[in-house]
Amino acid sequence: MSAASPTQTREGYISAAPPTQPPVAVAGLRGLVADWSSDREAFKVSWGKAMMWIFLLSDTFVFSCFLTGYMTVRISTTATWPNPSHVFALNVGGTDYPLLLIAIMTFVLISSSGLMAMAVNFAYQRQRARTAALMFGTAALGACFVGMQAFEWTKLIVGEGVRPWGNPMGAPQFGSVFFMITGFHGLHVTIGVIYLLVVAWRVLQGRYEKSGNYQIVEIAGLYWHFVDLVWVFIFALFYLW
Amino acid sequence: MTTTAHGQTHPISLYLKIWGLLFVLSTMSYLVDYFHFEGYLRWGLILLFMALKAGLIVGVFMHMAWERLALIYAILLPPGALLVLIGLMSAEADYTFATRLMFFK
Repeated sequence: MSAASPTQTREGYISAAPPTQPPVAVAGLRGLVADWSSDREAFKVSWGKAMMWIFLLSDTFVFSCFLTGYMTVRISTTATWPNPSHVFALNVGGTDYPLLLIAIMTFVLISSSGLMAMAVNFAYQRQRARTAALMFGTAALGACFVGMQAFEWTKLIVGEGVRPWGNPMGAPQFGSVFFMITGFHGLHVTIGVIYLLVVAWRVLQGRYEKSGNYQIVEIAGLYWHFVDLVWVFIFALFYLW
Repeated sequence: MTTTAHGQTHPISLYLKIWGLLFVLSTMSYLVDYFHFEGYLRWGLILLFMALKAGLIVGVFMHMAWERLALIYAILLPPGALLVLIGLMSAEADYTFATRLMFFK
């Protein structure tokens, strides 16, 4: 039995088309899509998961550009860079603890990531109540993080006079970098909280019971872990450096 | 592939261990600041703990360790280009700093 040549295959494709021929332009487009896709997946994971990973890759580049810009202005400024250890100190009972609030924020975000990882597990076991409870817990810790960030911003703007164009402690670039990077990260956390609440609500309502496909929880989890991942880099490069 | 209830299921104890490790690593990077380590020791430790935490999050929490190699390469190799950007920009920033010292002091 001889293997089908490309010509024969194409003829087979055309003859298999429905009897009512679509307009030539549409048929051409269909052929283009068929030729390029060849009915194949590049990644043997669901499209939702692949697309979330690709989105996160693009987001990696956005945050990396911010952090690289921060590196550039910090190296090139002749003014002294404000010491983050002192700027972000928290006064508890009369003593200043360096970076205390930032450390607490880090632990809160890591804990939310841990809860999310467990939620994915229970989702695949189709334990809806447990999944939703863990996701609500994740979202609550995320909201807590944003709250602490709002507190931190208020303290810096009102208490210490930090502005995007200057501050009393040193290099004026400090404020613009701080507000842009932590602001963009905080926006990601806020969006993540809303996303998690929506998915958790749908899990609870039994929306995914019909298909039995709970991968949406894993995909939402990917986004949430990424938010935690970005914070690891911001914590190390902005707050500790 | 998309309709079955298959997926990334790993024992809860694994997640708890990673959670604990992340707490330990975060505490250690906080202590770098607390004990006022300076210079290359400080930067080296910060980068080490950062890389370890990032690896644990991506590898275990995001299940990258169990994904297919095609996906791993597609996601993890492109950020390597960022190292080139970082290298270029640090050289550029050094140059800017040098010219500022020459002309504005």
